[in-house]
Amino acid sequence: MYKLIVKNLSKRFGYRKVFSDINFELSIGESIAIIGPNGSGKSTLILTLLGQYRPSKGKVLYLNNNQQELSEENFRSSCALVSPYLQLYSQLTAEENLQFFATLRGLTITGKRIDELLNRVGLEGRGHDLVGEYSSGMTQRLKYALALMSNPDILFLDEPTSNLDDDGKQVVFDIVKEFRTNSIVIIATNERDEYDLAQNQCRLN
Amino acid sequence: MTSPKTNAGLISKSFAVFAKDIRLELRSRYALNAILMFGITTLAVVSFSLGQSNLPPHLMAALFWVVMFFSAVAGLAQVFIREEETGTILALKLAAAAEPVYLGKLLFNFFLLTVMVTVITPLFFIFTDAQVVGIAAFSAVLILGVIGLCSATTLVAAIIAKASVKGALFAVLSFPILVPLLLTLVQATQKLFDNGAFDAVMTEMQFLLAYAVVMTTGSILLFKYVWQE
Repeated sequence: MYKLIVKNLSKRFGYRKVFSDINFELSIGESIAIIGPNGSGKSTLILTLLGQYRPSKGKVLYLNNNQQELSEENFRSSCALVSPYLQLYSQLTAEENLQFFATLRGLTITGKRIDELLNRVGLEGRGHDLVGEYSSGMTQRLKYALALMSNPDILFLDEPTSNLDDDGKQVVFDIVKEFRTNSIVIIATNERDEYDLAQNQCRLN
Repeated sequence: MTSPKTNAGLISKSFAVFAKDIRLELRSRYALNAILMFGITTLAVVSFSLGQSNLPPHLMAALFWVVMFFSAVAGLAQVFIREEETGTILALKLAAAAEPVYLGKLLFNFFLLTVMVTVITPLFFIFTDAQVVGIAAFSAVLILGVIGLCSATTLVAAIIAKASVKGALFAVLSFPILVPLLLTLVQATQKLFDNGAFDAVMTEMQFLLAYAVVMTTGSILLFKYVWQE
């Protein structure tokens, strides 16, 4: 069972404080919504939890079954992110994107599996199209296919339904409901129907 | 259902990065066009300026590597700049460790320079009437030069990708690292243009080999820190 421990986490950019003294713990089967107004540091917190920003103070720990810290390699294969600022290769097709990231993550992915993933997010029959020709909503759906591909233990969702239509939102809600029982789910959002999906809340000001 | 995990190692992951970059390059021809256009334009200008006059071997060798260096600089930095500008670098960082990314990019730059050398070298000989007797030695110098240029500039490309004045910074940071390489390449090429063979350039070849090994190893070790920042 994985465990995420966030201890006194603070982040500053120069003199500007983004957030300070964030504390929470999550185990598999638990979820948290990070909520707050625009510019309150939700995305910065997500990126800090993902190790893309170095904390100014405090710690982020990911523990495995033996209560030991996850190695970088294990962490990479255990987590997935869906967010508006996560960009895919626009000059590759959806299939090529999935294939490329599968290889990097050390996964074997068949054509059948790719079709399953694309069907799951409502992109059936569009696997051979260049991602650059997708609408923003379709690209967002493809990011979910990419996240589902590795069946992550820790799922990070930043503005999870941005650019999605009602069908797309339902797909996302179904995915979150499925993952929150077997994974750690962290959602950064301002939408009430999205943060209601999580059991816990972390409010940023 | 999850996708089965494999023991995909460093080589297959590096090759995946390389293959992805080749595919993107063939669809956009962004770096290749820049390199070839710069190379051919410079070569044409040099050729028209020279006219019928024959330059001594040391000037000819310097001219050859000036054309090669500036053509290479036009495209080599793009490997990381493109990832940064299109925002795909985050997805890459979340999916891969530093080593396969660096090796994939290094292979891609090697591919770009190999295409450049294959196109520009014959054109240089045609336009300038330069002659070389030791073709095998000349090819070996070219290969070692390409490896040296790639290993030194790929790391610099990663460093400057986040900067705002990328072009100028790339030249400034590359210059001190590349000076010993370029001087040795010019020296070796001068001897080969002067009818020298393998024996004449053995010292330079040893230096070029050592430079390529040290630069590649050093870059692999240092890239992790550039990648994490």
